[in-house]
Amino acid sequence: MMEKMIFGRYLPGDSITYRLDPRSKLIFIFLFIFAVFLANNTVTYAILLTFTVFVILLSKIRIPFLLGGLKPILFLVVFTLLMHLFLTREGDVLFQWKFITIYEEGLRQGIYISLRFLILVLMTTVLTLTTSPISITDGVETLLNPLKRLKLPVHELAMMMSIALRFIPTLMDETDKILKAQLARGSDISSGSIQQRVKAVIPLLVPLFVSAFKRAEDLAVAMEVRGYRGGEGRTRFRKLQWKTSDTMVLVLLGVLSAIMLYFRG
Amino acid sequence: MREVLSLDGVSFAYETEEDVFVQAVQDVSFTVRDGEWVSIVGHNGSGKSTLAKLMIGLLFPATGSVNVFLDPLTEDNLWVVRSQLGVVFQNPDNQFVGATVQDDVAFALENNGVSYEDMQIRVKEALSDVGMSGYHNHEPHHLSGGQKQRVAIAGALAMNPKILILDEATSMLDPQGRSEVIELITTLRSTTGLTVISITHDLEEVLLADRVFVMNQGKLAASGTPTSIFEQGTKLQEHGLDLPFALRLSQLLRHTGMPLVGDHMSEKELVNELWTSHFNK
Repeated sequence: MMEKMIFGRYLPGDSITYRLDPRSKLIFIFLFIFAVFLANNTVTYAILLTFTVFVILLSKIRIPFLLGGLKPILFLVVFTLLMHLFLTREGDVLFQWKFITIYEEGLRQGIYISLRFLILVLMTTVLTLTTSPISITDGVETLLNPLKRLKLPVHELAMMMSIALRFIPTLMDETDKILKAQLARGSDISSGSIQQRVKAVIPLLVPLFVSAFKRAEDLAVAMEVRGYRGGEGRTRFRKLQWKTSDTMVLVLLGVLSAIMLYFRG
Repeated sequence: MREVLSLDGVSFAYETEEDVFVQAVQDVSFTVRDGEWVSIVGHNGSGKSTLAKLMIGLLFPATGSVNVFLDPLTEDNLWVVRSQLGVVFQNPDNQFVGATVQDDVAFALENNGVSYEDMQIRVKEALSDVGMSGYHNHEPHHLSGGQKQRVAIAGALAMNPKILILDEATSMLDPQGRSEVIELITTLRSTTGLTVISITHDLEEVLLADRVFVMNQGKLAASGTPTSIFEQGTKLQEHGLDLPFALRLSQLLRHTGMPLVGDHMSEKELVNELWTSHFNK
């Protein structure tokens, strides 16, 4: 299941969405979250949904792949829908069978809320699928740059984030190795009571932490020897480039918000 | 030839948790000249890793001095000196800083404030120098150990260093990765005249060096060309070192009464003598 899960992952590829500046994409998503809450009737939700589909088509991510990868989250969407369907008791009765009663308002609220949730998940997934972790880090660093005046260690935070991302696969491999080593010694983490299972995880975590600290030490030495002295006087290999298309994206969002404001009930 | 790095009566002691001083390096002096390939060998705990740390300014000697390009290495010129030294460490994973190959190669350039345009060119050049041109966008976990070390070498080369220090750079690699890296170092040396200081216990690698320094118990136990060092045979074993496989085999063969004559530094030499000697009979 974990292999198929695409929420928060990056998928190498090429389309307009890939080529956009990470800053414009981050600002877009941040503002889009507010725009979603403007929708409150059928027309505005329809506009929002059309817009989302349009963005997905632009990104050239295959829709079956997107939906397949989001299955675990779709389950949550359906769950939200059902909760509203059965628990809201407002408006006219639409359907009644034995103890199940479905009200009009419940159906409406259910569809709206789950749609809102779905749209947010789809949009953020399109963002992460089309933006490599390193450009997200770059984008965050540049966007947060003004906060340097408030003594926020922006460069250090971005460096930590990129190193953390860089070491995820390394530490995953390591975990796998330790797990196998412990299994070979007869440890069992997949059966027994919860207490036993938690206890069995300890011999996994301790070696992992020890090796992570060792790695951190080595890495610090390697960075220092290669001349790392913090953000001061450092140049950047990657240059972010704000293009006309990036401005267009934000204008498009403005237009969308205006239309939604006009049609909202 | 010009001197590029020298140690002059260098001593260093570690303080253990029980407040005992352990003499790691004791009165070591040697000179490395421009364009040389020098190997520093020794068993574990012989002080060779401490020597590496002293040469790159991670530690400073208690007495004596480390001179790089004729100037003593101090806290003041540390960063300038480091920008002229390339260092490759043992663990390929733990020295890979960037998210992709090109980011890692650019790391030292970024730290030293190289301009954006210059960086693009130098990263490309360094990658093509180590034969990793097509891999600029690869992530480290999709590379083999040997490839990661080649990227580390590219990262060091991007700064155009005069000296490349290999701190057991091949010890964690499989045989294929090891020969990949050694081959690369050999080519780089012939094309750029780079000075190489390699701290190692791979004896096949030692054979390629111009000079060898043998460390034992913190002291410089022997120095000379690989041939002269390995000729010492049993004395070398007292320093806790093995002989290269071909040499040991030839010794054992001699011991059993085989009339062999040559030095047999490499397997090929030994094989050559073995089959020709039988041919004559």
